[in-house]
Parts: sequence; structure tokens; C-alpha cells
Amino acid sequence: MSDLLAARSTMALSLAFHIIFACIGMTMPFLMVISHWLWIKKNDDIYLKLTKAWSKGVAIFFAIGAVSGTALSFELGILWPGFMKHAGAIIGMPFSWEGTAFFVESVCIGIFLYGWKKINKYLHWVSGLLVGISGVISGIFVVCANAWMNAPSGFDWVNGAAVNIDPFKAMFNPAWVSQTLHMTLASFEATAFAVAGIHAILLFRHKEKIIHQKALIIALSLGSIAAILQPFSGDFSAKDVARRQPIKLAAMEGLFETENGAGLTIGGIPDEKAGITRYGIKVPYALSYLAYGDVHAEVKGLNEFPKENHPPILPTHLAFQVMVGCGSLLALAGVLFWIIRIKNKSYITGKRFLRFIAVCTPLGFIAVESGWFVTELGRQPWIIYSIMKTSESVTPVPGQIFPFLIFLTIYILLSGMGVWLMSRQIKVLDEDTNSGDGI
Amino acid sequence: MLYIVIFFLLVSVYLYCLLGGADFGAGIIELTAKRESRDRTRILVTKAMAPIWEANHMWLIIAVVILFNAFPSVYSQIATSLSIPLVLMLIGIVLRGCAFTFRHYDAIKDFSQEIYSKIFTYSSLIVTFFFGLIIGSLVSGRITTSPTSFFDGYINPWFNLFSISTGVFLCCLFPFIASIYLIGDANDRLIRVEYIKKSKHTNLAAFISGGLVFLSAWADNNGFIHLFFSHILSVIFIIAATITMPSLWKAMESGSVWIPRIIAGSELFFIIGAFYAAYFPEIVVMKQGENLTFINSAAPEITLNYLRWALLIGSLIIFPILIYLMKIFKFRVKD
Repeated sequence: MSDLLAARSTMALSLAFHIIFACIGMTMPFLMVISHWLWIKKNDDIYLKLTKAWSKGVAIFFAIGAVSGTALSFELGILWPGFMKHAGAIIGMPFSWEGTAFFVESVCIGIFLYGWKKINKYLHWVSGLLVGISGVISGIFVVCANAWMNAPSGFDWVNGAAVNIDPFKAMFNPAWVSQTLHMTLASFEATAFAVAGIHAILLFRHKEKIIHQKALIIALSLGSIAAILQPFSGDFSAKDVARRQPIKLAAMEGLFETENGAGLTIGGIPDEKAGITRYGIKVPYALSYLAYGDVHAEVKGLNEFPKENHPPILPTHLAFQVMVGCGSLLALAGVLFWIIRIKNKSYITGKRFLRFIAVCTPLGFIAVESGWFVTELGRQPWIIYSIMKTSESVTPVPGQIFPFLIFLTIYILLSGMGVWLMSRQIKVLDEDTNSGDGI
Repeated sequence: MLYIVIFFLLVSVYLYCLLGGADFGAGIIELTAKRESRDRTRILVTKAMAPIWEANHMWLIIAVVILFNAFPSVYSQIATSLSIPLVLMLIGIVLRGCAFTFRHYDAIKDFSQEIYSKIFTYSSLIVTFFFGLIIGSLVSGRITTSPTSFFDGYINPWFNLFSISTGVFLCCLFPFIASIYLIGDANDRLIRVEYIKKSKHTNLAAFISGGLVFLSAWADNNGFIHLFFSHILSVIFIIAATITMPSLWKAMESGSVWIPRIIAGSELFFIIGAFYAAYFPEIVVMKQGENLTFINSAAPEITLNYLRWALLIGSLIIFPILIYLMKIFKFRVKD
């Protein structure tokens, strides 16, 4: 493994690990405050129990997110010093705001978790809400910085250095709206469906347990809205990518030849050597329409661009298919949930629906991970699109395989421990609520 | 403009050493606690740390963000030359945070508690050591932009007597800060007495290991001693740190919660202040060529301007809620 590949793998691994915890830390507080609010309003202790159970989840995931995020803030420099040397002054601004938002989040989480019976209950509730709001805001700031790598702006690149820097323009670059919107919705969708899925599995075992029913309805109400909105945001993102990064779109679609009235390929395996995508289902004109809103529009193919600027086509294409597939299923689940909720509520705890929701548990996170693979792989070989190549920015320190292996071991270990810990939490929650508080 | 940014960077480093340092020190205290007192140490440490450790940890993130935003070339240089100790420190930070959280939240308390405790306490020591080592390495004069070998470029900058002694110094200083805090957090008189004793021991250890830093600097001949004694402020600060020691010991016995904390916090301020004063405005002392300073590595004016506003506005938001958090948990520990 070359040092460049090892460094990229370390970065990918750290981000892939962090994003799960970051999403949960951002979104789960909202589930928690909804339940908390219902407790305050209805004075039903089942909501208190649920709030406390969820807040433990928030505490655990937030802590892991915080420390893995700290590691990332150093890894940017450890792995990509050539990038940070230039990017720091340009795109540091959202990070400085992110620092503030994250600080607010970590203070409020302390107040919420340990403030029971210590402070006024409304103020307590507000502290929980602030955890969620500042979490989402800090997520938005970080994604702004990533958007800048896709849509570099706010500087002029002259002889290998940035001049005329404008941090404001850099932060609010052309991609920031589409990317932050897509990611924020994804975070709500992934977390809420994962939570719903876990409660669905528990309900499957003990149908009568009212706490899981309440949990399922809260989680699905939130998750379904995000899931139904997400395809629209995805469409907005795709149009944006088509305009700014046509090569990324071509890789996502596995489109080699430039076409007028290009078709959308669903599935399929791109063969780089032969320059074709095989076994896919082609929907005529759909790609041109989706990318440009015109069935006859020209969509640039990969062959249009020099080979050395091609992103890794196969993984980008597959990751995109996986993301869209998972997203579509979740959107379907979201619609189904509302139909059932309006038509006949009792179906929500029906075995068939529960089974479907249980299957959906990991889909949101699979979509989040594969979506990030699309963004990051699709931008290669550039670290700053069309400005600086990833290979130019990598650290000169040899032996990058070692930190990769160490981080790999640690993250596998921590993931295992996280799952184990959760299963123990659930087990205890299960035993706690076993004493007949069913319908 | 630049000076506002520098001010916030230095304040963040100080607060990280004071608040984050106390957390790390608490882990080290737990590590070195005798078998029979380990359980009550663990309970006390958890009670004191749990609500605030994440907030305390934020000062490191703020410092890093200021560094890569305002002084990107310094950040890149440190991340390259000191990447090995940095990676080791990061591993420690990740493991420590996870172990602490797992220990606290694991719904079933069984053998796993022992494992979490081991990871938490050892990684507290490791992070503190490497943090100190990195600070020392910045001024050890071995960082180079044109390494002649792997050793010269990425090992030598931190693997030397001076850097190691600054690491050891921090491993004594942080538990000292922590045990002073914990005196006030202890409900029981016996435990108070135990922490007063620990505070004295760690204070002595910090004093001796501080001497070792000077000794190793002398052996290393890296200019530290010369710089230190040619700045009047450094000398004043270090004298202040030393002569406040007897009053601290007396204050510990007095039963006051806050006076010892304030004196210890001031001592930390004097120590860090002495260090800053000697080197300011330098950040990285290079092996050859011009040293990196706050002035010559600063980002363009416009970046600093935006950062300044972010920091000023951010601190208006952060400080009130942080004080509120501390007020709920730190001023009412005896409830």
C-alpha cells in the first residue's frame, strides 16, 4: 500500500467512523427533546423513561463523536499538511464557528444530562433543545468546509499559492446550500430510522410494550419527513454537481460517452478498460432530465476528460447506486408510515410493518456512508477541485500504513464495544419495562 | 487584530491546561491510587468530571482551530514533524474519552468496569505525557523543513531529553492541579486529608520535575535557559510560582474550597506565562533557518479579521453558559 493510499484510507476510515457518531449526536437530541416535551405536557412517566433512555444514547454517541472529531481536526494536518497550509487561512472560518457551536453543544449536553431536578424543567428542556440545534449548526459548518473543496471559491490561485482570500465567500461557496441541506436531512433520516428500527425489533419481541410504541412513533414521525424530503434535496444536489463537477456526475452514472438525451443507468458495472457500463437498466432521457431539466440536454461523459483526472469510477458508481437505493427504500417507508398513521394506526404495531422498519435499521447509515464515498471519491484525484491534487498535499512522512493499521484496530474495537454497550443498555431497558406497563 | 487572535490562542491553551489538565490529572491520580482507595477515587473522579469533561476538552479544539486558521504554516509544520507523538496522543484522547463514557454509561456493571478503568487511567497518562512532550518539542530546536533522514525529520524533533522532561513535568503538574480540585470535591474529611497529602506530593513532584526541565535544557544546550533568564517577565513569573507554594500548602489545610484552587490556578498561569514570555512571539524554534513566529506565519489580515469576530462573538456565547454549567455542578458539589 502506497503512503498516499494509506493516508487516504486513514482519512476515509476516520471520517466513516466519525460520521455515524456525529449524525447521532446531532439528531438524537431532537428525539430526546420531543419525548421530554411530551413528558412535561402529558405528565406520563413512560415519556420520562424514554427520554432518559435516549439521553444515555446521546451521551455515549456524543462523547465518541467528540473525541473522534478531535482526532480528525489533527488528522487534517497530519495527513494533508500541504492542503492545510493553504486551506487553513481560506476555509478556517467555518471551523472557528463550528468550534463555538460545538462548545455550546458540549456545555448544554452536560447541563441536560446532569441537570435533572437541579434546574427549572423548562430551562432543562431548552438545554436539551440547544444540544440538538448547536449540533446541527456545527454539522452545517463542517459540511461548508467540505463543500468548499468541491466548489473552491473565495481566493485566486496564483503560482501555487492563494491570494485575494475572502473567507466569507469561501464559506458560502456555490455548493454549501446543496451539501449542507442533503447532509442535515440525511442525518435526521439515518438516525431516526435506526432508532425506529431498534424499537421495532424490540416491539417484535414484546408487542405490548407501550414505551417502544411511543418511541417508534416519535422516531418515524421525524425520520419519515426527512426521508420524504431527501429525494428532492438529492435532485437539487445532482443538478448542482452536473453544473460544477460534470466529471463526478459522469462517474456516479458510469457514463463514458457524452450524450444528448442521456439515459439514467440503474445498477450496472462500469468497465473502465472497455469504456462501457454493463448490466445496468437504462431509463431513456432520464439523466438529461434529472441533471438539466431538459430531456435533450447534453450530459458530458468521462471520455471528455483526460484520464489522469478520472475519479475511481467503479466505486463511485456503486456507492451512488447504494445511496440512491437505500434512500428510495426509506422514502417509501416514510410514505407508508403516514398512510398507515392516517388510515389505521393499529397497523403500526403489525408484524409486517415492524419487520419492514426493522430491515430499514441500517439503511440510513449505509446511505450516509456511501453518499460520502460518492462525494469524496468522485472528487479525486483532487483534494481542492481543479486546484490541488490529493497526491500533492499528502504528508512527506513515510510509513503511513502504521497509523492506518492502528486506527483501523481501534475503530473496529470501539465499534464492537459500542454495539455491545448498546445491546446491554437495551437489555436493561427491556428488563426495566417488563413489569407490565403494556396497553 | 493579530494580537486578539494570539490572546485567544494563549487563553485557550491556558484553560485547556487548567480544566482539561485537571481531568487528565484526575485519570493519573486514579492510576496511581492505592488498591484500597481505588474505588472511592474512581467515584470521586467520575462525580467531579462527568458533567464538564467534554466542555473542558473543547479548549483543545478551539486552540487547534485558531492555529490552523490563523497560523496555517505552523499547524502544517507541527503536524508533519511531530506527527508520531501527535498520533499517539490522539489515540490516547480517543480511547480515554470512550473508556470514560463507557464506564459511566454501561448499564451492567461487571468485569468490564475494570477494563474501562485501565484504558481510562493509562490513556490519561499517555495523553498528558505526549502533550507535554509536544510542547517541549516546539522549542527544542530540532524541527526541520528539510530532513536528511527519517530519524532527523520525524523522530529527533521529539525524541530527546528535553522534550521527554517536559512530558514528565506535565505528568506531575496535571495530577497536582487535579488533586487540588478534588480536595474541594471530597465530602468526607478523611478523603480530604488524603487529597491534601496527594496535593503536597504532586506539588513537590512538579517542582522537582520542573527542575529537571531546566537541567535537561542545560544538558541539551538548546537556548531555553538563556532565553528564560534574559526575559524579566519569565523570571518574575517563575519566582511567583515558587513563592506561592507555602501559602498554597497553608490554604489547603484551612478547609477553604476555592482559595487553594485559585492559588494553584495562578501557579499554572505563572508557569505557562513564564514559558510564553521567554519565547513570545516565537512558536516553533527551527533547527535551521528562520523560526516560526506569530508574526511571520500569520494568515492574511482578512482571515484574522473574520477569526477575531468569530472568537469575540463566540466567547460572548460560550463564557456565560460555561459559567452557568460550572455554577450548577462545581459550586454545589456538597449538595
